[in-house]
Amino acid sequence: MCLGIPGKVIELYEVNGMKMAKIDFSGIIKEACMEYLPEIKIGEYTLIHVGFGLSIIDEEEALETMNLLNQIEAMGEEEVEG
Amino acid sequence: MKYIEEYRDADLTNKLLKELGNVITRDWTLMEVCGGQTHSIIKSGLDQLLPKEINLVHGPGCPVCVTPLELIDKAIALASRKDVIFTSFGDMLRVPGSSRDLLSVKAAGGDVRILYSPLDSLKIAQENPDKTIVFFGIGFETTAPPNAMAVVQAKAQGINNFAMLVSHVIVPAAITALMESPDVMVDGFLAAGHVCAVMGYWEYEKLAEKYKIPIVITGFEPVDVVHGILKCIRQLENNEYKAENAYARSVVREGNPHAQAIINRVFELCDRTWRGIGVIPQSGYRLRQEYADFDAELRFPEIQSIDTKESQLCISGLVLQGRKKPHECSAFGKECTPQTPLGATMVSTEGACAAYYRYGRYSNK
Repeated sequence: MCLGIPGKVIELYEVNGMKMAKIDFSGIIKEACMEYLPEIKIGEYTLIHVGFGLSIIDEEEALETMNLLNQIEAMGEEEVEG
Repeated sequence: MKYIEEYRDADLTNKLLKELGNVITRDWTLMEVCGGQTHSIIKSGLDQLLPKEINLVHGPGCPVCVTPLELIDKAIALASRKDVIFTSFGDMLRVPGSSRDLLSVKAAGGDVRILYSPLDSLKIAQENPDKTIVFFGIGFETTAPPNAMAVVQAKAQGINNFAMLVSHVIVPAAITALMESPDVMVDGFLAAGHVCAVMGYWEYEKLAEKYKIPIVITGFEPVDVVHGILKCIRQLENNEYKAENAYARSVVREGNPHAQAIINRVFELCDRTWRGIGVIPQSGYRLRQEYADFDAELRFPEIQSIDTKESQLCISGLVLQGRKKPHECSAFGKECTPQTPLGATMVSTEGACAAYYRYGRYSNK
């Protein structure tokens, strides 16, 4: 139930005063409520839980973490971060 | 899919495991709080790939598992009524009540429906004005904002034939209860990434400090989990204890303020019974007075007194506290299977017993 699935926002609109979106999960399109992500834009990725977007996936953070993890083998994480 | 596949990369996972092996010098017991992480760990085989010094125990973060039997029986009583359409997340349908489950109510003709989103309840309510739609509002802090929105929208749109049976629980209270127990065996926690996406992790900083224990906010894919474990072991080996974020792409320290605002608007803290564990003070949410009209327990007062009967064989309470592994239960795989579950931990997609059964962890070997 706490599992979130990352999906891409492809359309934003309003229903009953709520911000809604069409979310693309690698080809499967579902509607989700974006009321808790008022700043989200088309093209961004969000984690969807039970039909609601609860956080925007930060692409820069994702890249930075991935780079750090990929360097671990050579130096160890702390040294990389330091 | 982006943000999934790269975090299931075997080479990177192995690299992190190797680094873990370089860092670790002694035995440590870590608890992953969230049942979603438990399933990810068992499914990917991480439990068998980690250095032998690491003992992973599984925590109480399975909302289906900790929903008290009394509420399951109340749900069954409500779902059996002709004037009710009962709506729920799918996981709840197979959870055993005292004598049967919601699925058997459905099989006997009860109108029980599985939802994708809590908002679907409101659509069903509008389409069925002669019925009361009762939604089983369970979960941790992740499902609280979606469930709260259903109540807010019902009030705003005047949908009065909607009510919610509430059984919300929160993670920090569970960590506190585990740490306050006299025989605590956990050296570090992997905190649930998606709960922290909503609530942030500032609260865990206080817990880490108070109990002198590392708490690492961790994601769900194999790379994320090993990254979380690595950060936790580094702290332990360096004699440090702090809340640390290993899931920065989705979690910020303050969490999501909009989601927190609606939780505070709709819910208030209350004592909650956790199935298999008992009452934990201030460990859950109930509807505030302003939304009491949507409280199913108040709407149907006749369901208040229900006699419950728990299985004598089931040790799910010990499993949920990390005191026993599922295969240490005498009923595991015998009297208790996913087809004939004695406890909710054998049913849920987040239950540790279900993970052990499905992926063949029948013994310590």
